[in-house]
Amino acid sequence: MTEDNNENVNEEGVRRRDFINVAAVSFAGVGGAAVLYPLITQMAPSADVLALASIEVDVSALEPGQAIKTIFRKQPLFIRNLTPEEIEEANAVDMASLREPQTLAERTAPGHENILVTMGVCTHLGCVPLGAAQGEIKGEFDGYFCPCHGSHYDTAGRIRKGPAPTNLEVPEIEFLSDTVIKVG
Amino acid sequence: MIRNLGILVGLFFTGVLLYSFLMGAYTYLTEEHVETAEHMFHEHPKSFSQPSDGVFGRFDKAQLQRGYGVYKEVCSACHSLEHVAFRDLQAIGYNEDEVKAIAASFQVPAVDPETGEATTRDGLPADKFPAVYPNDVAARAANNNAVPPDLSLMTKARHNGPAYVYSLLVGYQNPPKKLAEEFPDSMPGTGLHYNPYFPNLNLAMAPPITAEGQVSYADGTKATVDQMSKDVAAFLTWTAEPKMEKRKQTGLAVLAFLLIFTILAYLSYRNIWADKKH
Amino acid sequence: MSFPWASQYNPTHPAMKWIDERLPLPRLVYNAIGAGYPVPRNLNYFWNFGVLAGFALVVQIISGIILAMHYAPNALVAFDSTEHIMRDVNWGWMLRYMHANGASFFFIVIYIHIFRGLYFSSYKAPREMIWLLGMVIYLLAMATAFMGYVLPWGQMSFWGAKVITGLFSAIPLIGPTLQEWLLGGFAPDNAALNRFFSLHYLLPFVIAGVVILHVWALHIPGSSNPTGVEVKQESDTVPFHPYYTAKDGFGLGVYLVIFAAVMFFAPNFLGHADNYIAANPLSTPAHIVPEWYFWPFYAILRAFTFDFFFIEAKLLGVLAMFASILLLFFLPWLDRSPVRSGKYRPLFRPFFWVFVVVVLILGYCGGAPAEEPYVMISQLASAYYFAHFLIILPIISSIERPDPLPASITEAVLGKDGEEAPAAIDTTATTGDAAAQPAE
Repeated sequence: MTEDNNENVNEEGVRRRDFINVAAVSFAGVGGAAVLYPLITQMAPSADVLALASIEVDVSALEPGQAIKTIFRKQPLFIRNLTPEEIEEANAVDMASLREPQTLAERTAPGHENILVTMGVCTHLGCVPLGAAQGEIKGEFDGYFCPCHGSHYDTAGRIRKGPAPTNLEVPEIEFLSDTVIKVG
Repeated sequence: MIRNLGILVGLFFTGVLLYSFLMGAYTYLTEEHVETAEHMFHEHPKSFSQPSDGVFGRFDKAQLQRGYGVYKEVCSACHSLEHVAFRDLQAIGYNEDEVKAIAASFQVPAVDPETGEATTRDGLPADKFPAVYPNDVAARAANNNAVPPDLSLMTKARHNGPAYVYSLLVGYQNPPKKLAEEFPDSMPGTGLHYNPYFPNLNLAMAPPITAEGQVSYADGTKATVDQMSKDVAAFLTWTAEPKMEKRKQTGLAVLAFLLIFTILAYLSYRNIWADKKH
Repeated sequence: MSFPWASQYNPTHPAMKWIDERLPLPRLVYNAIGAGYPVPRNLNYFWNFGVLAGFALVVQIISGIILAMHYAPNALVAFDSTEHIMRDVNWGWMLRYMHANGASFFFIVIYIHIFRGLYFSSYKAPREMIWLLGMVIYLLAMATAFMGYVLPWGQMSFWGAKVITGLFSAIPLIGPTLQEWLLGGFAPDNAALNRFFSLHYLLPFVIAGVVILHVWALHIPGSSNPTGVEVKQESDTVPFHPYYTAKDGFGLGVYLVIFAAVMFFAPNFLGHADNYIAANPLSTPAHIVPEWYFWPFYAILRAFTFDFFFIEAKLLGVLAMFASILLLFFLPWLDRSPVRSGKYRPLFRPFFWVFVVVVLILGYCGGAPAEEPYVMISQLASAYYFAHFLIILPIISSIERPDPLPASITEAVLGKDGEEAPAAIDTTATTGDAAAQPAE
């Protein structure tokens, strides 16, 4: 900036003053946007809910042919100890005939093909399928049967008949020991 | 009309108040002034400072872990910590496995899956510290008719809380001679202990921290009575507000932002008013 | 409803034009807080507090709606759910501290706003309705704040609820029944907590409604100003936007800095330690006090210690406490001085400042334990409180000889033969910095 160029100096001055107004308003805008962050994230699951996002289950007492129902993330979780016949039945299915082709091995942990852990939530509209408790109807394919709209799952928890679009969901599992499973 | 009525109402209230004042002043001047033992002997907490004090305060995790040790070995026999979950202990530097082990060392209420009867099981990280007594009646019965308060919020539930906790723990002493002479009724009764930092001077809690080395410190800090009292006061500062550190850090960022905004807003204000005299 | 020189809303963008023709909301905003609202040019910083109060109300409503998503209004779990917010909910600690301290800051702003009105007599004709609506807002805010303080269900919540509803039991004949009806029981419990929560959620929206009326009523005569002389000509005013939006923006910044400093670094300073102890109907805290913004009235309540003939002291205290607030509604008719601003009222000024000190003393005594000498001091101070409004103000207004008023706002700002500061001053400046210096 030179002294003899008064016009320019003045223009610069005006522009600088506008800049301050723009900066102040932009800062207010940024501040307002930053406030939105806690206002939005407060609705996400809180720490006590997240603390229950992963559970450990002891399956040492689970005999072949039995199943247990437990609660995982506030929803039913089925853990089933498959008999050799049930495993054979699951492995004998022609993959091409499946709605969502998955082998039993893909749906269980390696070395523990007999332990099938699935969500107890029908993939159709979220009802709880029957078949986990003793004496319940297991459906046409000896797995689970959802009474709401008649979805049949096989011994590997795969959808075989009815309106459900996909197999019963298998959560993330990890065997901490031979008998303790960490779910989630 | 309103003003005349107002003056009447005003005269009434003013008159009654001045009358009450004169009556009160007369009583105040003629009546003998009664001194109370609390007024004479109660002391304000000692000065106490810890790393989490101040605008830039941070928790000293090693100290909080020592403080947790004191709580676990001394306080937890009678005092619960019901708003704190075991998982929260990760914030003071315990790793996942240590938290699991700590949780498992507590028994929490459960339902027997076979019989449906009330039972207990090992604690899980997601559990909160269990209550020590099933209810207040049981707590009272076990403690000379005094309920040991929950400690989760203790340092926020007392004025100048951390200093209060520290002073109370190191403040047990023999009642002064003057107390026995002037206020024999205020001497500690059976099962009570004199402590000038407690509001009514005598409390049911026996001195909990009495001997050097009462709690074994893994980090080599010398476990003096003073040190243990400080550590547990620091731990209880954390339990009362685990988010304090985050609060202060957020606060600094927010303040810095707002200061810049305010300066900009001021410049903008001067700028807009530049050609307007006001 | 505005001055003839107010600039007219003239949308240039076709979309704004389209909206304005169908729903003139942009026009409403333009005329309310935009360039279409001419405001006296001489407002001082005390005139910032109306906008600040509105802002504080919005903060309370937003943070409150969010807290209600996590809070459980049940006596069994209310205290725990508050701690759940503080510990487990994402940013819950910040939202709760914002709400708790926001209430205090709302009252700080309201009190400064009210005292501004008292000093500059903003309640006088033609602005009586603005004052009355403001008083309604103040009453509603007090009720809302009281019920909000009950919600965490700590010791002070519980005992505050018990003591304040106990005021109603002083009313002869129907008192005890009325108290039971208010609480839905014989002491505060679930029924009371639930209805307090419901009303605490409702009332802020009622307040927001009355605020709209308050602002509407303000726009009929336009804002008052520190000289108390009405606007006479265009040179007396500046458009609200950008002049006062800029000034309010700066005021808001300062307010937020102080608010954030307290909220983040001393969040429990304005609260009470006992409220971190869960409610216990079997044990009263040693020293029950309401929140600080009620202290002056609490002092008046406790100042009545002697029966007056057949009227019990308890009833007198309750009557006086309600009277001390209700008399503010009659203020426009108690003070008949034709001059508004305290600046030109030599006799009124000292009494005003005595009144400010008296209210501060009452506040201090209200927060102190109910023992001597605080009771005697609050008796004298309460006596002055009533005398000030009901006796002194009416008398002053008839005997006072006010100082000469300026002929207009422009004259007050620029001097008798003042001209608008020539815009040429700016162009002579050599740098932008110098140009930004306003002529004071």
